[in-house]
Parts: sequence; C-alpha cells; structure tokens
Amino acid sequence: MLKSLAMPRKVSLFVPCFVDQLLPEVAVDTVTVLRRIGWEVEFREAQTCCGQPAFNTGYWDDARPCAERFVRVFEGAEVIVCPSGSCTTMLRNFYPELLKESPMRSEALAMGQRTYELSEFLVKVAGVIDVGAVFPHTVTYHAACHGLRELHLQQEPLALLRAVQGLKLVEMARHEECCGFGGTFATKFADISSAMGQSKAENVVASGAEYVTAIDPSCLMHVQGMLEKNKFAAKAIHLASILASQGAGA
Amino acid sequence: MSAPATRVPPAEGASAHDHPQSANPETQFRHDAAVKSADLVHREIIRKNMESYDVGHMKGRSRFLDWEAAREACQAIKREAINHLDKYLLQFEENVTARGGHVFWAANSEEARKYIADLAVKHAVKTVVKSKSMVTEEIELSAALEKVGCTVWETDLGEYIVQLRHEPPYHIVTPAMHLNRTQIAELFRDKLGEPDLPEDPQKLVAAARRKLRKAFFAAEMGISGANFLVADVGAVAISTNEGNGRLTTSLPRIHVAVTGIEKVIPRLENLATLWPVLATSGTGQPVTTYGTLVGGARRAGEVDGPEEFHVVLVDNGRSSLLGHPEEREVLHCIRCGACLNICPVYRHIGGHTYGTTYPGPIGAVLTPHLRGRQFEHLSYATSLCGACTTVCPVKIDLHHHLLHNRRDFMKAGHGKTGERLQFRLWRAAMLNPKLYAMGGWLTRKGLRAIYGLGLSGSPFDPLRAWNRKRSTLPVARQSFREQWRKGLGNGR
Repeated sequence: MLKSLAMPRKVSLFVPCFVDQLLPEVAVDTVTVLRRIGWEVEFREAQTCCGQPAFNTGYWDDARPCAERFVRVFEGAEVIVCPSGSCTTMLRNFYPELLKESPMRSEALAMGQRTYELSEFLVKVAGVIDVGAVFPHTVTYHAACHGLRELHLQQEPLALLRAVQGLKLVEMARHEECCGFGGTFATKFADISSAMGQSKAENVVASGAEYVTAIDPSCLMHVQGMLEKNKFAAKAIHLASILASQGAGA
Repeated sequence: MSAPATRVPPAEGASAHDHPQSANPETQFRHDAAVKSADLVHREIIRKNMESYDVGHMKGRSRFLDWEAAREACQAIKREAINHLDKYLLQFEENVTARGGHVFWAANSEEARKYIADLAVKHAVKTVVKSKSMVTEEIELSAALEKVGCTVWETDLGEYIVQLRHEPPYHIVTPAMHLNRTQIAELFRDKLGEPDLPEDPQKLVAAARRKLRKAFFAAEMGISGANFLVADVGAVAISTNEGNGRLTTSLPRIHVAVTGIEKVIPRLENLATLWPVLATSGTGQPVTTYGTLVGGARRAGEVDGPEEFHVVLVDNGRSSLLGHPEEREVLHCIRCGACLNICPVYRHIGGHTYGTTYPGPIGAVLTPHLRGRQFEHLSYATSLCGACTTVCPVKIDLHHHLLHNRRDFMKAGHGKTGERLQFRLWRAAMLNPKLYAMGGWLTRKGLRAIYGLGLSGSPFDPLRAWNRKRSTLPVARQSFREQWRKGLGNGR
C-alpha cells in the first residue's frame, strides 16, 4: 500500500466511445469500484474516440487526428484508467506506430505508459486484489484477445475474480479463443464473426457458468448478442460490474 | 491401371464445393464462408481433427527445454537466409550444378510450368508421380503436365484423396483434414474399383498403396517440393511421413524439385534446429518419419537414384516482398500450418473457402502480395486476434502484418467510396465532442425508435449488419457523459 499512498490517488477515466453510448453501466461500475478503493475519478468530457475503428480498418489518416486530439485531451492526466483491454492497447501499443511521424509521438508514448486497463490498474498500480465485491454466482472468464496477447494481462483479472466474495470461478473450453468480434470485422464479415461467437456462446453454456466475464466490453457485447440470440440463460457481464456488485445479482 | 482424375477444382457433386463459382474471389469467399461457417458437420470434423492436433502440438512443444528459445533460433536462421537470399541461392545453385544438377530460375508460374512441361515432353514422360508440394499447387503444375499428355499422380495420401475428389488441398500440411473415414471409404470404393472396401483406415491406406506403388514403378518423372534448400551443401531437404517422398525422388529417371526461393537456409547444421521445430509445429512429432536430403542425380558407381536432377526456384512475387521493409519477414514462413490450426477463422470457414494456395493467417497476409488486389479482402476477413502470431515457429508478426496490409490498401485508395465517406464523417464527429455527443444522442433516439417498431435486423435498421446475426444491440437511454453531468460526476 505504501506505493499507492505515494501516488496522487486520482485517475482520469477513459470511457470508450461505444461504452459511453451503448454500455454506460460499464463505466458507471468502473467509477464505483475506483471510488470504493479510495481513488478520486475525473472524466474529461472533451474525450471522444481513440481512433481504433479507423485504425483497424486501415484508415490511418482518419485515425491519426483523433489520436493526436486524444493525447491533447488527456494532457496532464497522471493516471488514465480504461475498462477495455482493446482501447488501452490502442493507446499503449498502436499510438506509437500510428503517430510515428507526428510531432506528438513522444507525448503519445508517455501517455501510453500512464494508461492502464482497469484490472491492470487495480492490481499493479492501486495494489488491490479484494475490492470488497460480493457476487454469489458461477462465473467463467473469457481471455479477450487484446488484453491477453497485446497487453499480456491474464492473472490480474483472475486474481480480482478469485477475491470476490461468493463467486465461483469455472473454466470454459478454449477460453483464449477469440469470440469473433474483431471491430469492423463483426459487420464486414458478420457470417464468420457470428459463427465464432456461436462457438464461444456454446463453450460458455457448456462450462455451466451463469455469467461470462472479460475485460473487454466489445467482446462481451458480442458474446451477449450470441447468447441472447440462442436464448441461452447465461449472461455476459463486464469485470467492472462484478467488482462493483455488493449483493445478490448484477 | 486407372488414371486418377484430372485436377480441375471444383467438380460437380464434390460436396465441399457444391456451390456456384464466381469470377470475383471476394464474392466467392463471402458465399463460401457463409455456407461453411453454418455447416455443423464440417465444424465438428475440423474441431475433432484440430483438437487432436492441439494435444500433439502441446506435447511436442513440451519436449523442448525452451520452446521460445527454439523459435528465436529458427527466426534467426531464416532472417539470415532471407537477408542474404542472393548469396545463399547462388551458393546453392553452384553446389547443385557442380554435381551435375540443373537449377532453373522461374520468375513466375508460367516459366516454371513451361520448363517442367518441356522437360516432360523432351523425355517422353507419360507418368508423373508427385510428393506433396504447395508450390506446385501455386503454379498449377498438374494441369500443365496433363496438357502435354502426362498422367499425374499425387502420392501423399491426403493429396491423393483430394485429387480423387477434384479438389485442391484443404490444408497445407494435412490436405484431407476436412474428411472423415466414412467419406474417404466411400470415395475409394467409388474411384479405386474396390467396392467392398471397409471403413478401416489400414485397409484404406493399403488400397491407396496398391494403386500408388504401380504408379511409382511406371513413372519416368518424380516431382517433389522442398522444405529447405541447404546452401552450403547444395541439397534439397524434404520432410515426409509416408515414404512417398523417397520413392518420388529416387525411383523415376528424372527428379524435379519445385520450390519457392525463400526456402533456402545457410547451413546443413541449421536443419538440427529447423527440422524438429517444423515437425513439432506441423504435426506435434519430434521429427517427421523421413528426413530426406537430395544432392543430385545418381553418380557413377551408385545403384539407385534418378538420372537427372532439376531444381526449379520459383519467385512468383516473392522478390517484391523482399523489398518490403515491414513484411519481408513473411518470407521466413516454413509452411508448418500452425497458424492455420490455431486460427478461429480457419476453424470456422475451412481451408477451401480462402480460394488460395495458402489459406489461413499466412495466406491472408501473403496472397494479396502474390496475387494482387482481388485478394485484399482476406486481410480483412480476420478478427486480428493474434493467436497465429503466438504459435508461429519463426515468429512472424502475422496479425500486425494484416493490420499493415489494411493500411497499405486504404492508402492506395482501394477502400469502397461509401466506407471512405463514412470514416470521414466519423472523423469529423470524433474531432468535435459536441458533434459527437449530439450525433450519439440522435443515433440512440433513432435506433430506439426503430427497435420500438420491431424493425431490428430489418433493411430499415442501420445496424442490420450486426443485428441480423445477434440479438439487438443494446442502446442506452442515457450516455455515460449524460449521467456524469447529471450527478455521477459529483459523487464520491
């Protein structure tokens, strides 16, 4: 705790655009968790999108000004926390390449180093594993791709889940296999994407879990869409929502 | 001896290809992907085969004291080879030629086909046996040989099976992975004139062997691929499991090895590293059953081997990749198939859907470079999950190359006009938070109205591409920023 006491104990929240518009509860729950462990939260309303949709689709010239603007918006923020492994990857791993020739490259590099995915922040920066959550349900963990293979986060979310009171963690088959979301891939190649999502949904159900969780809301949105389409009872829930929970349900 | 059917994929009635053919590779791809990804029998066969591969692969990797170090060593060897390709290829040629072999440099498929077909005509070749080679698929060699009157026999069991089905290989290592033993037994009963064959794998293999042995003894020309070209000794290195590689390279009067220029490695000792890593990544084996090194034709005093030895080095777009600073490492590929096996897209759409010689992640990176713009969609038909990169034994950064391909294609102006416009508008909104917030609010209002009318997934739904395949996308009543403003921001 000494390390975290020495820190400013204030985070700036990076809310992915689709979370802002479609899944605000993920960000609300993130705020709840951060405040509960004693961190002050600021939200800079000038933020929009980090640029990843354009970047991933190949439109780097459209993504670049968004990235540059994003870096300016978060200027001076000591610690940036984001409830998405994918959007964190964009800032930390892809901005340096996207902004290779931009005058803002060094600021972008530095910002990437100050940006953390939520579970990473809780475990590595705040030094907290037990955030005081109660979630009496069976949960399985989906290791979403960007968190797993770009940020190398695997133990952090699992450690947090294991510390949740009442939560029973079960492993599903192929938990490291992509759910098929893949950004614009999900609509450009909806047939392939949904077939992959179908396999994921079936693996969730086979695990016997009531909930599937992950650190990426976009993947969960996709898995939820497949679970619901199949009328499977299992639900997708973001890690932040489990950590924010202090009661019987989510 | 009955001749095997000629290879003109796809044939009528071949179950894996029972669909209309489109001239446009992307249209065809989309069609086949939709069909295959909904084909649960196919998914189950692939799942089963891939799971047994997964177990073998993991077990194989555990034999290494340090698998990561082995990957790095392989990467270093291939990097040295590719960075000095000119030097090592010339050294290879010099050593082969010194022993009386012939090396032909083919700039493209046509040159390679012509050289080999001319050779067949010159020697009055009637029967050709082939051991497994993806480059011969790439240059469409069999059809060219059939045109000059040769009967071409695929002698790798999996290749033989797909040849009988008039299909291209489904997978670069296991060409008939998409078939189960029932389907193979039916095929053999039908095509091999043995109507009483049981579904017993051993009996099926024996039936194929009876046919293939005759072909081996009749053949005047044997065509092999090469896993590696060893520069310092001038030898072609071939890994096989069935022994057909040895028969192909030693029984017929003429042996032609056909391969890509990127297969050269500097030194014989490199095989000590590459061979086990290739076998482990390919099938999980410590090494393949046969490791064959061919240095040339039969010499005076030797009792067996071919009278002539030819190596055809195929460029076919590879040297242009060599000049690509970011992507030249794609030439490190040793064609082990590991990236195909782990790829969730491959597992769902299958090998034939790609419509390319090299499917899966490596094919999605490579094919637009080798075959041009009409294959660019392959670099988009992936979720960029990165699983391929984690298994590549020569550490090719596959999924980031897909990202780079996308960037280059869009930079070259290959994007669809509508999409370009969409991103331009998107960018304008993202650069202006007021516009973004208002646009978001309007979109949510609109979507909620459409959903309220029960039109989700209908042609009136702007999110149809998403909603027709999943339950309706959730749309929040209030955005996070609205909630923040309305009090959340003041909380503690």
